[in-house]
Amino acid sequence: MSVDAATVRHIARLARIAVSDAEVEALAPELSNILGWVEQLAEVDVSGVEPMTAVIPNILRLRDDVVTDGGIREDVLANAPVAEHGFFAVPKVIE
Amino acid sequence: MTGLTDLGIAAIRDGVADGSVSAREVAEAYIAAVEAGRPLNAFTVETPEHALAAADTADAARASGELKPLSGVPLGIKDLFATEGVDTTAGSRILSGFKPRYESTVSGKLFAAGAGMLGKLNMDEFAMGSSNETSAWGPVLSPWRRKDGGNAALTPGGSSGGSASAVSARLAPGVTGTDTGGSIRQPAAFTGISGIKPTYGRCSRWGIVAFASSLDQAGPMARDVRDCAILLEAMAGFDPKDSTSLDLPVPNWEAALSSDLRGKKVGIPREYRIDGVPEEIGRVWDHGIALLKDAGAEIVEVSLPHTKYALPTYYIIAPAEASSNLARYDGVRYGRRVQPEQGGLTEMYEATRAEGFGAEVKRRIMIGTYVLSAGFYDAYFNQAQKVRALIARDFDQAWASCDLLLTPTAPSAAFGLGEKMADPIAMYLNDVFAVPASLAGLPAMSVPGGVDGQGLPLGLQIIGRPLDEQSVLDAGLAIEERSGFTARAERWW
Repeated sequence: MSVDAATVRHIARLARIAVSDAEVEALAPELSNILGWVEQLAEVDVSGVEPMTAVIPNILRLRDDVVTDGGIREDVLANAPVAEHGFFAVPKVIE
Repeated sequence: MTGLTDLGIAAIRDGVADGSVSAREVAEAYIAAVEAGRPLNAFTVETPEHALAAADTADAARASGELKPLSGVPLGIKDLFATEGVDTTAGSRILSGFKPRYESTVSGKLFAAGAGMLGKLNMDEFAMGSSNETSAWGPVLSPWRRKDGGNAALTPGGSSGGSASAVSARLAPGVTGTDTGGSIRQPAAFTGISGIKPTYGRCSRWGIVAFASSLDQAGPMARDVRDCAILLEAMAGFDPKDSTSLDLPVPNWEAALSSDLRGKKVGIPREYRIDGVPEEIGRVWDHGIALLKDAGAEIVEVSLPHTKYALPTYYIIAPAEASSNLARYDGVRYGRRVQPEQGGLTEMYEATRAEGFGAEVKRRIMIGTYVLSAGFYDAYFNQAQKVRALIARDFDQAWASCDLLLTPTAPSAAFGLGEKMADPIAMYLNDVFAVPASLAGLPAMSVPGGVDGQGLPLGLQIIGRPLDEQSVLDAGLAIEERSGFTARAERWW
């Protein structure tokens, strides 16, 4: 798989990472190399094999549907770059 | 009192208990070693007050007869573990200034067991790397040097590079590491120390900055096998806050340690003899086989046919999980925010992540985004999960004819800083022997096996059945007792 500049821009957009033209130039061959290398997996016969979901057999536990946490707004907001009036603050969004 | 930093975990614990050493003096000696060791760049934060407080508590506990399993033991904590009130950056600029308001389960258990913290340990950014060179805070130096007199700066390995360097240079008697695809074992091998990744689910992942959640496991790194067993006992255990935590009792690994391997069968996987690996690696491996035979084990050849597909499988699954896990770094809830003058929310996300993440992390997020994107999911991610099932099945089938596997830990000794940064795939190949056990969730340990022609340590890896950390530790001990590995990095810092 050869990744072109348009694909790099598309992936970067999906991943919400700004990329400069120079970075796009550098990333296209790098990502192509890595994807070309992992594509050798296509040669493995996986007929009848279920994709792995849990590496060590385990049951997903359920707990009672009750409130067990909360009331720690100050702690939650303590590391926010910008917090106002008890909320996370983000740039104005006008659709 | 420089001799105090020669004491490992068992020696400190026992010395504090019988009153032959004071925990305060041990802590002070290690704090001085950490300060003197700053040229190694192993620590991102030093917390001497934490270590001293735990030491004073330990000394008081001895007087009142209330000692705990790790009373008086000062430890280093990898910067991937959230530590309450202490900077936790995962080696990334995007988390600079982040001071968690909570304690990770594993570090909390260690502190509850009486241990103190000397500081936070440098690491590859978000644990993505095998040389500690992707850290936003600069590479860690290995205390080891080649004996060619060139004094080239060597990597301690990664991602737990600060952890490995600190133990090897005797800045700490033991540390926490984490291992997603070899990040405990490869640095342990590069620096001549021991480290174990337990079975997936043994140690809680709660409060550990997530990289690839189906692979991430915490484990100890220390100078010898006994010290690893002691630390692992304190770190492991069921945690309802981690949905993949195993609800099983923690065995008394230390008490049960035995280097008598009679009745054990050790498998030698033929697919691990790969082209292009230096002859010295094969020699250390053969030496390890002889040592295990001497300990009473029977050696059998086994086959793990899908071994060559483990690395490409890992480099689909781990980036895919990382792209999802790292979506949380958005400049809103914690860490750094970059707000371009022009632009709204999306531009803020994109600028924050562009400036906050380093090159390798961006590369992996983008690979992960690609393999999970519409139209490619089946060809890449689903195929990788199927091959992963086959890799796990290979191990299951091997366990029909053996109890343990012995392999080299890494395909080379420590390399020089900068030597592999230009070629991501060459860097990924460092973990060729470590990744298969990660994909299968198996307990695996690295112990020193010998040195190469440059006097640099080489590691041997022992892989065990699920939940059989005991046999892994026992075989590690058998090698340790017989290998005569006494090499130490000469102090130059």
